[in-house]
Amino acid sequence: MKKVLAILLAVVFVLSLAACGAKPVEEPSTEAPVSTPENAVIRLSTTTSVNDSGLLPYLLPTFEAKTGYKVEVQSAGTGAAIQKAKDGNADVILVHAKASEEEFINEGYGVERIPFMYNFFVIVGPKDDPAGVNGSENANAAFEKIRSSESKFISRGDESGTHKAELKIWGENAPDAEKDSWYISAGQGMGACLTMASEQQAYCLTDKATFLSMKDELNLDIVLNEGDDMKNTYSLIAVNPEKIDGLNTDGAKAFIDWMLSDEASELIAKYGEEEFGVALFTLLEK
Amino acid sequence: MESFKQAFELLFSLDKELLQIIGVTLRMSFFSTTISCLIGLPLGALIGTKNFRGKRFIKKLIHTLMGLPPVVAGLFVYILFTHYGPFGSLNLLFTVEVMIIAQVILITPVVIGLSSSFIESASKPVIETARGLGLSRSKIVGLCLSEGRSSLFSVVLNAFGRSIAEVGAVSIVGGNIQWKTRVMTTAIMLETNKGKFSFALALGIILLLIAFVVNALASFIVKENADD
Repeated sequence: MKKVLAILLAVVFVLSLAACGAKPVEEPSTEAPVSTPENAVIRLSTTTSVNDSGLLPYLLPTFEAKTGYKVEVQSAGTGAAIQKAKDGNADVILVHAKASEEEFINEGYGVERIPFMYNFFVIVGPKDDPAGVNGSENANAAFEKIRSSESKFISRGDESGTHKAELKIWGENAPDAEKDSWYISAGQGMGACLTMASEQQAYCLTDKATFLSMKDELNLDIVLNEGDDMKNTYSLIAVNPEKIDGLNTDGAKAFIDWMLSDEASELIAKYGEEEFGVALFTLLEK
Repeated sequence: MESFKQAFELLFSLDKELLQIIGVTLRMSFFSTTISCLIGLPLGALIGTKNFRGKRFIKKLIHTLMGLPPVVAGLFVYILFTHYGPFGSLNLLFTVEVMIIAQVILITPVVIGLSSSFIESASKPVIETARGLGLSRSKIVGLCLSEGRSSLFSVVLNAFGRSIAEVGAVSIVGGNIQWKTRVMTTAIMLETNKGKFSFALALGIILLLIAFVVNALASFIVKENADD
C-alpha cells in the first residue's frame, strides 16, 4: 500500500513539475486524459546503468501518464539487452555500445541508431590511490599506471557496454586475466564489481551513476573523472518490424519520440541533482 | 539442437578455460560434499537412533534449515568474511575455500535431515533384533548405518547434486572470478547475462554430463564394495 502511495506521489510530483515547465504555446491536449492505445505494452530492453541508476523509474511515470502506454523494462548487460531484442523479446532498446549497436543495425534488426545522451565513465579506486592515477591525462594513461604498478583492477568481464568501453581504453594490449594476476575478470554486474573492488581495494572502471548510488557502502573514491576517452554515449533503437514480427512498433515510436522531446530532455538534464548534487546524464546537441 | 552440437564441440576441443572451470567445480563439490557428510551423517545417525529431550525441536530446526535459500547462506558467509567482518583478517573472501564453507552450511542440514529419517525408519527392526542379541550401543549404530547403506548413498549423491548445481551462494562469496572462482553454474549465469543463450545452454548440458558421470562412477564404486 505504502509503495502504491509512494508511486502515486511521485507521479503527481513529476506531473506538477512538468506542468510548471510547460510552455503555453503548446497544443492544449497535454492536460487532457489520454485513452489507452490499442497495444499498450512497450517492451524496453536496456542496460543496468539506466535502469538501476533510477533514471527510467524517474522518467517512465510521466511518459506512461501522458500516453497511456505501459513500459515493461528488462535490464541486463548490453550484450544480453541486444540479444533479447534479436530474439524478438523487445520493441525498443536503450544501450551504450556503439560497435554492437551498429552490428545490430547492419544485421537488419534495428531501424535507426539514435544517440541522444551521454555521461562519463569514472575510474574509482582506493582512497590513497597507490598507483597514483589521480591527475592522469586520460583513462588510457591511468590504466597504464595501474598496469605498471600491478595494482589490482576489477574488470566486468561480461561483455557489457562498460566492459567493452574498458577494453577499448586498454587498446591493443589488454591485460590477460590468466597471466596477469592483478587483473581480475569478475563476470558480474556493476554493483557486484564495485563491492568486490571495495573489498579488495582495487581499481575499477564504472559509470558514475552506479558509483554515486552506492558510494556510502563503498570504501572507494573517484580517482579519475571525465577523460576524453571516457565518454559513454547512450542510443535508442527501435526494433525493425520487417525483421521481427509481433512488435509494438507504434509504441516504440511513441517512446522514442517522447524520449527526444523537450519535456524528457528537461527531466533527464535535471536527473541526479537532487539526490547526488550533480547531473548524471547530459543530452547530445540535436 | 545448436546447443547440443556446441556442447560436444566444446568438450572435445578441451578448451583450457572450460577444463579449469570444470576442475574448480569438481574440487568445490567434492570438498563441500565430503565435509557436509562427515559432519552430517554421524549427527543424522545420532538423531535417527537415539531419543533425547528436545529432539522434536532439533528436527524442526533442521527441516527449516534444509530449506535455507542459497543466497541467504551466501549472504551470511559474506558478512562473516567481508573485509571488516569477524573473519575478514583471514582474507578468504572470493576464494574456493569460502565457497566450500558456504556450501557446507547449505548442505549439512540436508544431509542430517535425510539421513536421520532414513536411519530412523530403517533402524527400528534392526535395533529390536540387536537388543535381543544383547549388542552394544556402538555396534547397533554401526549396524544401522550398514543396513541403510543404499539410502545413505543416495543422501551423499543428493548432497553432491545440490553442491554442483548451486549458484546463489557461490556467486556471492566466490565472485565468479575468471581463472579462480568461476564454476559451471556461475559461468552459465555469465553467458546468459551476456546474451549468449545457446552457449549457456551448451555449458548446462556439459554440467549435466559431469553430474551423470560422477553418479555413475559413484554407484560403480559402491557396487564393487558391496560385492566384497
